[in-house]
Amino acid sequence: MSKGTLFDKVWDLHTVGTLPSGQTQLFIGLHLIHEVTSPQAFAMLRERGLKVLYPERTVATVDHIVPTEDQARPFVDVLAEEMIQELEKNTKDYGIRFYNIGSGSQGIVHVIAPEQGLTQPGMTVACGDSHTSTHGAFGAIAFGIGTSQVRDVLASQTLALSKLKVRKIEVNGELPPGVYAKDVVLHIIRKLGVKGGVGYAYEYAGSTFEAMTMEERMTVCNMAIEGGARCGYVNPDRVTFDYLKEKEFAPQGTAWDRAVEWWTSIRSDEDAEYDDVVTFDAADIEPTVTWGITPGQGIGVSEHIPTPDSLVESEQALAQEAYQYMQLTPGQSIKGTKIDVCFIGSCTNGRLSDLQEAAKFAQGKQVASGVKAFVVPGSEKVKQAAEAEGLDKIFTEAGFEWREPGCSMCLAMNPDKLQGDNISASSSNRNFKGRQGSATGRTLLMSPAMVVAAALKGEVTDVRELV
Amino acid sequence: MSQIKQVLGKGVPVVGNDIDTDRIIPARFLRCVTFDGLGEQAFVDDRAQSNGKHPFDRPQYQDANILVVNGNFGCGSSREHAPQSLSRWGIKGIIGESFAEIFFGNCIAIGLPCVTLDRASVQQIQKAIQDHPNISVTIDLEKMQVTCGDAVFKPSLSESAKQMFLRGTWDNCGQLNQNVAAIQETASKLPYIAWNAS
Repeated sequence: MSKGTLFDKVWDLHTVGTLPSGQTQLFIGLHLIHEVTSPQAFAMLRERGLKVLYPERTVATVDHIVPTEDQARPFVDVLAEEMIQELEKNTKDYGIRFYNIGSGSQGIVHVIAPEQGLTQPGMTVACGDSHTSTHGAFGAIAFGIGTSQVRDVLASQTLALSKLKVRKIEVNGELPPGVYAKDVVLHIIRKLGVKGGVGYAYEYAGSTFEAMTMEERMTVCNMAIEGGARCGYVNPDRVTFDYLKEKEFAPQGTAWDRAVEWWTSIRSDEDAEYDDVVTFDAADIEPTVTWGITPGQGIGVSEHIPTPDSLVESEQALAQEAYQYMQLTPGQSIKGTKIDVCFIGSCTNGRLSDLQEAAKFAQGKQVASGVKAFVVPGSEKVKQAAEAEGLDKIFTEAGFEWREPGCSMCLAMNPDKLQGDNISASSSNRNFKGRQGSATGRTLLMSPAMVVAAALKGEVTDVRELV
Repeated sequence: MSQIKQVLGKGVPVVGNDIDTDRIIPARFLRCVTFDGLGEQAFVDDRAQSNGKHPFDRPQYQDANILVVNGNFGCGSSREHAPQSLSRWGIKGIIGESFAEIFFGNCIAIGLPCVTLDRASVQQIQKAIQDHPNISVTIDLEKMQVTCGDAVFKPSLSESAKQMFLRGTWDNCGQLNQNVAAIQETASKLPYIAWNAS
């Protein structure tokens, strides 16, 4: 059993008590909601005549269903319009802060909470969205929940949970040029598997993560769930504090110094005990691309799609399913795979630094003919900051479309969808069958820089050739 | 609150590892403000691509109520719409090799027991159901026993989940907001509550 880790400390501080089932009743410091997984929760509150216990500790935005081209109301999609209206009504009825379209602060829920300083070290964070693990980048314990649990948090600001084990994932060394945080996390998932993290919280430690910016750490923690771990975190440090300083909801004045002291105290102890420790070397990580139908089916861009006999027996059936669905041949090089659509955005890679890095490669170049390429900023703030730097012009001059903020084609609950068996190079987080809106659509996950490289060449390309 | 001690009935095998919640219920069907009607869309894209051969379309499984699956079932998105759609299709219990964590929690929260068995046992049950669709399948949470015809298995389920089904406390909401004073007491000790509010 783990001892002295940040996870243990935060868990203990937020424990209200032990329930008859043996589970812990855990206080939730920050609850984030959006239009998809909250309406039924509010309906259950109304049915049971319950109020929201701490309305000031829940923050709402709209992201999954928003169109990224024409955002005029009412939305063309009547179902999407019904959902946003429901959220507008629920937040108004219960006195919950809501960052609506046009507020200047709307965006993907896992982009807007950090950028306003709502997410802080030592907090527990819950949201009806599996990518809530993102907030662990701040040294928070953050996890996705279902709608019945959204109801529970609204009614009690607590959840019934069983404590997780803690695995330290240590990556050391400097990342080579062209290798990004996205490649690190895809590499970890590839090595530990998509269910390797079930039952664990992941602590990302080591010099590679210490050298990362907050936005890079968010990319890593975002995809903890793709490796099966419901939450992943990085211990807070100077990088974390510098990011939070002066943010709207960050502590101010004398509270700031007290905050830094407390945040430092909740870091994992030097002699903390872990349930498991795994170590990787940054030098072994290449630009990584998925070839299959789970985020664990990934390879370095210079590698070949694995043949069945190179895989353990338990992975072979899924590989066969993947070859067929992806229309890819075992043993073939992933480099050179033709691409139809290029998508830059999502809660994984839709932040300002992602767009800045992508723009470096797009500047003065042209998207290959026949490729549809588009960039979706993660929030209104990201969009505004990117436009202030002229990134929008770099992208549009290179042939990318420049869109309004939202989840877009990461999960295609909005007009942004793949058509038929189109294949996309995507900076998002999931390559599941049908994920990007077409039942036969195909997704290759990669870093934003690799997406740009694919867009320029019309095929999977090693971005290191463009460095 | 209702206790759930056992599920009796017929099985439906859905074979394959890592079946994610996008496959159980594609995102386009999440454009809704209630869970009603989601039963018809369970596995909808997989079913369309199987041309009527998906277990959820086969006539012999139409009255099945116990789903039998393989490893890491329900991975991916936290959407409760996934267990809601299975439940509305008619599923009352799930036997699998392993479950993704958020999906498992969502199943408990709606009173849908999920128990695990080793791979060989799950495959044996799947084959028995494929060969004899009318074979009786049971999940008994008191005895912690799964039966399929004459075969008997010892499944696993976390003690806390088992207690919630047996005590009828799987819907946590009532007990969670019973003791508001204890919740406030915990909150008052968290330094960030004060500096965020000021």
